[in-house]
Amino acid sequence: MEVTDMTAVELSAAIRDGQVTAVEAAEEMLARIEERDGIYNCYVTVDREGALAQARAVQEKIDAGELTGPLAGVPVAIKDNLCTEGLLTTCASRMLENFVPTYTAEAVMNLRRAGAVILGKTNMDEFAMGSTTETSAYGVTRNPWNPAHVPGGSSGGSAAAVAAGECCFALGSDTGGSIRQPAAYCGMVGMKPTYGTVSRYGLIAYGSSLDQIGPLTKDVTDCAAVLEAISSYDKKDSTSVKRQDTDFTSALVEDVQGLRIGIPNDYLGEGLDAEVRAAVLQAAEELARSGAVVERFDLSLVEYAIPAYYTIAAAEASSNLERFDGIKYGYRTKEYTGLHNMYKKSRSEGFGEEVKRRIMLGSFVLSSGYYDAYYLKALRVKALIKKAFDEAFAKYDVILGPVAPTTAPRLGESLADPIKMYLGDIYTIAVNLAGLPGISLPCGKDRNGLPIGLQLIGDCFQEKKLIRAAYTYEKSRGPFGIGPGTEKQDGRTGGIPS
Amino acid sequence: MSKQYETVIGLEVHVELATKTKIFCGCSTTFGAAPNTQTCPVCSGMPGSLPVLNRKVLEYAIAVGLATNCEITRYAKFDRKNYFYPDNPQNYQISQLYLPICRNGWVEIETKKGGLKRVGIHEIHMEEDAGKLIHDEWEDCSLVDYNRSGVPLIEIVSKPDMRSAEEVIAYLEKLRLLIQYLGASDCKLQEGSMRADVNLSVREVGAKQLGTRTEMKNLNSFKAISRAIAGETERQIDLIEAGERVIQETRRWDDTKGESYAMRSKEDAQDYRYFPDPDLVPVAVSDEMLKKIRAAQPEFRNEKMQRYREEFGIPDYDIEIITESKHMADIFEAATAICGQPKKVSNWLMGETLRLMKERETDAEDLRFSPEHLAKLIWLADKKLITGSVAKEVFEVMFEENVDPERYVEEMGLKTVNDEDSLRKTIAEVIAANPQSVADYRSGKEKAIGFLVGQTMKAMKGKADPAAVNQILREEIVK
Amino acid sequence: MANIISDETIEYVGILAKLELSQGEQEQAKADMGRMLDYIDKLGELDTTGVEPMSHVFPVQNVFREDVVTNNDMREQMLLNAPEEKDGMFVVPKTFL
Repeated sequence: MEVTDMTAVELSAAIRDGQVTAVEAAEEMLARIEERDGIYNCYVTVDREGALAQARAVQEKIDAGELTGPLAGVPVAIKDNLCTEGLLTTCASRMLENFVPTYTAEAVMNLRRAGAVILGKTNMDEFAMGSTTETSAYGVTRNPWNPAHVPGGSSGGSAAAVAAGECCFALGSDTGGSIRQPAAYCGMVGMKPTYGTVSRYGLIAYGSSLDQIGPLTKDVTDCAAVLEAISSYDKKDSTSVKRQDTDFTSALVEDVQGLRIGIPNDYLGEGLDAEVRAAVLQAAEELARSGAVVERFDLSLVEYAIPAYYTIAAAEASSNLERFDGIKYGYRTKEYTGLHNMYKKSRSEGFGEEVKRRIMLGSFVLSSGYYDAYYLKALRVKALIKKAFDEAFAKYDVILGPVAPTTAPRLGESLADPIKMYLGDIYTIAVNLAGLPGISLPCGKDRNGLPIGLQLIGDCFQEKKLIRAAYTYEKSRGPFGIGPGTEKQDGRTGGIPS
Repeated sequence: MSKQYETVIGLEVHVELATKTKIFCGCSTTFGAAPNTQTCPVCSGMPGSLPVLNRKVLEYAIAVGLATNCEITRYAKFDRKNYFYPDNPQNYQISQLYLPICRNGWVEIETKKGGLKRVGIHEIHMEEDAGKLIHDEWEDCSLVDYNRSGVPLIEIVSKPDMRSAEEVIAYLEKLRLLIQYLGASDCKLQEGSMRADVNLSVREVGAKQLGTRTEMKNLNSFKAISRAIAGETERQIDLIEAGERVIQETRRWDDTKGESYAMRSKEDAQDYRYFPDPDLVPVAVSDEMLKKIRAAQPEFRNEKMQRYREEFGIPDYDIEIITESKHMADIFEAATAICGQPKKVSNWLMGETLRLMKERETDAEDLRFSPEHLAKLIWLADKKLITGSVAKEVFEVMFEENVDPERYVEEMGLKTVNDEDSLRKTIAEVIAANPQSVADYRSGKEKAIGFLVGQTMKAMKGKADPAAVNQILREEIVK
Repeated sequence: MANIISDETIEYVGILAKLELSQGEQEQAKADMGRMLDYIDKLGELDTTGVEPMSHVFPVQNVFREDVVTNNDMREQMLLNAPEEKDGMFVVPKTFL
């Protein structure tokens, strides 16, 4: 098997066994990037020299027996909104076209401690605002299953890079579905952990109360291994949660006997593509056959999650993005007259359309006279949504549903109508509002061969239940394929589409 | 002016807390470092950085709240105040609007008529300071230094309970003393560790409703505050008398010109879009926390004055002066503990110390001599190892440099000459040189002896015991 | 559309957010914001009387640092990102004084 086809766990085992070195693995990945990234544009920055240097250092530690874990020597791609010391970090925005952080995000530090080798920084929707990776200032990323389609977003570069074999796994961030939805569109596994599980220190904030970092991987086993590595209590993040149960790989058990699974009727209603619906329900049947108790129920309030989300996320974003002012770092306009003109021109030229749209909305909903009616109202609705989930989790261990209403749309189809685009997040957004963990994994393909995603949602701190259910389903489903194209001997698909 | 007006004043006082590190990061708060050398991703607003609250800031804020009779909020939060300005690296300031840490307190001030008056405290909240802007005259630009960005502040917001500049200054003095006693800040107006914004309105005497108020900023001394109050009162009365309206606005006081001007521009919407900071978690003040802070509260001035009266038997006037500064009171107590002579310690503080402070225009907070050295100086004088005039001379050096008086006296050869022969020799010379005074003394003019003692002391360069000189002189003249 | 956004409102929000929109962008922004607000108004259908606004999902509280200096001087590194720098400081257009 080629390095580019291996999962992280497979590759680290091969490195440990001496079949391949960390340096060779990095070189093969870099060659793959060279070969394919011209088509998919998964990366904003590829750190060739840095990656090889890290690989050499890691190999020494592996040889010395200091690094033995499942990520040692494994090449990884990092979403470009995670700070990496000395390595360009753009948030896919012109605003940060030349920003080189002075420190590294805690989650990335955790990966480095585990011996992962950072290949570069992946493309995304600008400042993580979008669902297609089309709002990037550095060009669109294409879906490796069909380059005429989007990879999803905002972590589209990360999902596509894993799918295209341009990295072994990747980190993304999820504010309203930004890991789970691109994972679904690209046929990968993506997980948004419980809020507070992974430190946000060094994640360039979009909606601080909603943002979480998580893995995008080729299978559930890798997902558990990566999550285990990046989870940590961090004193630098006040919202970090002290957890004792982050040994997520211990949940890789093929057993859902008696697991109570609820499918919200609200997640199967109007707007859901028939093929997606069928694939998701078939996955539920599969889990039932494995011993889970599957039921339909009414979750309620689903339609209110999107307006509540966009109010809260836009409000927080409008404040979080104030620091981009052309003074300390990033883009400053060339000509200006006075301070306020400098601010306005730098920000208007540095930010793209979707970012400006959300900043304007966020500033408005917080402004004098509207705060109560919009912002506080949204926070009250958030409390109700959390309560609805609490009630659901009194009855069920896991909630099952689709990730997105459709498979990946064609490039250029989504951005025209913001509301329609926002509606695409309907099944993922409530999870962020309630701080819950959610996992996305492939459960089929549509008639055009595009992957369909299955979403499993757990109660707070119940990642292990999700991993167990996802792992069991994955086993019964059989291999899905890593990336696109021709059939391979092991039944996976691969290769470049025409 | 036909009508009688009353000035109504409320104060917003910012106090920099005496923590070692900033409010939300581990950067040092030391004053005077090279620009931007005390900064990190958090206090310079780097993307991805996150704030974590300094525990000491909360403890100081609660301590000040307790000292000013406030209710302590048991569940407090931080909010973001959004506005663009280059001294504010995130372009929002982390502050408290909705659930500030302290509310509804008061302090008592003495009024001009000698009575007591309560000034209400609306709230006290914690917040971060801004950086410093330096104006580059040559390049026509400004420069930003974030060393001060993130230094912890408490803002003490009074109720509009003051009616004159005198009351305002009495209130500020009261706060300054309380906070200095707590050790929560050095409260220096000139250095900016205590800053006061004045909210002022005028109304006709007897009117029930408050007039429209303005907020005055940039007041760096008590004198500036007095002048600004007078100036703004006059400006508002003139407007009203002319049939115009006072506009609610923020004004900047220019103390050299003696006038203020409005700071508002079209780009300052003054709409701060406060909302709870999602990066910080709420503060829940437990009973234990409160108990601990209450137990650690120091003895405040009134209690101290009472104890001094009972323990030390020094005059009320001395007690008043000494306890006006926590630092001076600390010196008094420590020196007294060593030498056991409260009256003598008090005399040094009331006499030479105050004289030198006035001469050098320094604050009691800046006194540098140690109580150990003062006690030693008193001992040297008691043992007649140095004379009174030498002691004063040594004290002046101590005041400047906190030298060890014993070593200094030794090194400079200032010890009193106890060698009687050389003293008698000098006295013989003085008697020979001043026949007229000797004759005066002999004829009963007691005063003349003083002159002769002085002449002898002068000849001895002060290093003689004046009592001994006096005695020997009388013996020699009578001989 | 229930929410009609005026030019004044867009300009005011532009002042708050420090964004300057071209004529075309301004028309688009008015339309977009109106539609978004119509959509958000849907929240009004829910009765939230007596519901506390929820900022934090978990009741995490009292997270503190101790008052100990932990940071070093990082000025040179930090200033590498500055668009304009002088004497160890960030250069900005002259501020009001």
